[in-house]
Amino acid sequence: MVDQIRHMCVGINQILEQIHGFSRRCLFRVISMGPLPIHLAKKQDLEDGSGHKAGFSALMSMLQYCYELGIKYVTVYAFSIDNFRRKPEEVRSLMDLMLEKIKSLLDKESIVHEYGIHVYFIGNLALLSDQVRAAAEEVMQATAENSRVGLLVCVAYNSTDEIVQAVKKSCVTKLDRDMETIQLVDIEENMQMSVAPDPDILIRSSGETRLSNFLLWQTGSSQLFSPDALWPEIGLRHLVWAILNFQKSHSYFEKKKKKQM
Amino acid sequence: MPCLFVSWRLRVPLSITNIRRFIKTAASQCNDKEESGTTGEKEKGGRMPKHVAIILDGNRRWAEKRGLGPSQGQEAGARTVMENVKDYFSMGINTVSLFAFSTENWGRPGDEVKYIMDMFEKIVKSEMPNLRRYGVKVSVIGKRTNIPEPLLHLIGEAEEATKNNKEKQLIVALDYSGKFDILQACKSLAEMAKNGLINVEDIDENLMDKELMTSCSEFPNPDLLIRTSGEQRISNFYLWQSAYTELYFPSVLWPDFGGAEYFEALDWYQKRQRRFGLRV
Repeated sequence: MVDQIRHMCVGINQILEQIHGFSRRCLFRVISMGPLPIHLAKKQDLEDGSGHKAGFSALMSMLQYCYELGIKYVTVYAFSIDNFRRKPEEVRSLMDLMLEKIKSLLDKESIVHEYGIHVYFIGNLALLSDQVRAAAEEVMQATAENSRVGLLVCVAYNSTDEIVQAVKKSCVTKLDRDMETIQLVDIEENMQMSVAPDPDILIRSSGETRLSNFLLWQTGSSQLFSPDALWPEIGLRHLVWAILNFQKSHSYFEKKKKKQM
Repeated sequence: MPCLFVSWRLRVPLSITNIRRFIKTAASQCNDKEESGTTGEKEKGGRMPKHVAIILDGNRRWAEKRGLGPSQGQEAGARTVMENVKDYFSMGINTVSLFAFSTENWGRPGDEVKYIMDMFEKIVKSEMPNLRRYGVKVSVIGKRTNIPEPLLHLIGEAEEATKNNKEKQLIVALDYSGKFDILQACKSLAEMAKNGLINVEDIDENLMDKELMTSCSEFPNPDLLIRTSGEQRISNFYLWQSAYTELYFPSVLWPDFGGAEYFEALDWYQKRQRRFGLRV
């Protein structure tokens, strides 16, 4: 009797999951009738302990929705250079969590293999511990051949640091020439984020409306979206809402761009 | 009485909401204490911004709604600036940046661009005596290569005449782009490295800050950036400088952005908790 009830529950659960998946795909088909962002960037605010783990689950779900919807690049701001100034215990526990999660990306069942994700770790990786850096490099190497979609993880990252590094590289390459020959494209080529086009939408959770030194160069034209929900609570409806807002202003923005061309 | 004075001064209707806004804003200014400690620590809620940047968006849509031409929208936008600019410095705000004309705006129809340039000339001529009287230092930032000669001349005169003012600074971004600003800073630093004044390895965020066009202000990075008309983008305005700026996107179109709306933005700013990457 107990076994029968258990089977029934498993069956109902499977049916509910299928219905949920089916309605999500229908919803995505409807949304896809309008223009879709190619690149979505996310900044999540860090919380304590179990909040970080819940945040990671929320991230995995969000990635799944993005790739199902056909978004080609997703960038996430995992850890800022500013965050190193937090309490040492918190920084250490974050590094441990990051190491665990980076290694899990190499699992056969991970989302990386399911969606053919090319993973990039963007930032001043020299600031990370040897273990975390080695794990990140291993994942980048293992996914280098993937080309369906991209996941850019900003870790030990600051946009101003990224710009300074690009400026330094541009100076070095033009040192023996006239400085007037330095162009925007020289700086852009030397940006670590040049592996992906500029984001179409930037989502920042927890209702804060600041860039917090994230993708300053790249988000000049991005639509900014700041839902009040904290990151672990961010779900499908926030993504859908962000995309619908993007579609609403996209046609006006494109018209404006054409008038100026 | 103070409310009546403010209402007259800021041309803000005397309503219960505005009285409440005034009291709240003035009270938090009185209670404001300096936070001790290094840069990057939590800022107390309730402080006034030192630098407010504004993207004046919505002139054309304002005109379209009224069945008017784009030039009339620009004129209405200019009137809003002239009527309100000195009041932007109330409550101890030191620097106000106005994104008047972006590099991308050169792509607009030729007659609209000419109208805008002529309008800038008129504004500089008519407002200069007022700005001098109010002790406002005027700085114009951006590329100057495409600005018409008469306007360039007037800008030069305005900057020269107000260069010794310290308490208030008006930065007008004309033919400005955030990426161009970073590029010109990069070229300056490259030139310094080529001439042996610095090593390339020494280039850091502080050196970049000094070479950006906003180094003309004691407070180069805006605390608050307002973009009217509901568009939620920075649009290549202050990119580097907006790293930790609070971004405020009211839906009102620029010609309708008056004293009351400005108060509301300041009130919103005071409620923000600024962490600079640290824990609260």
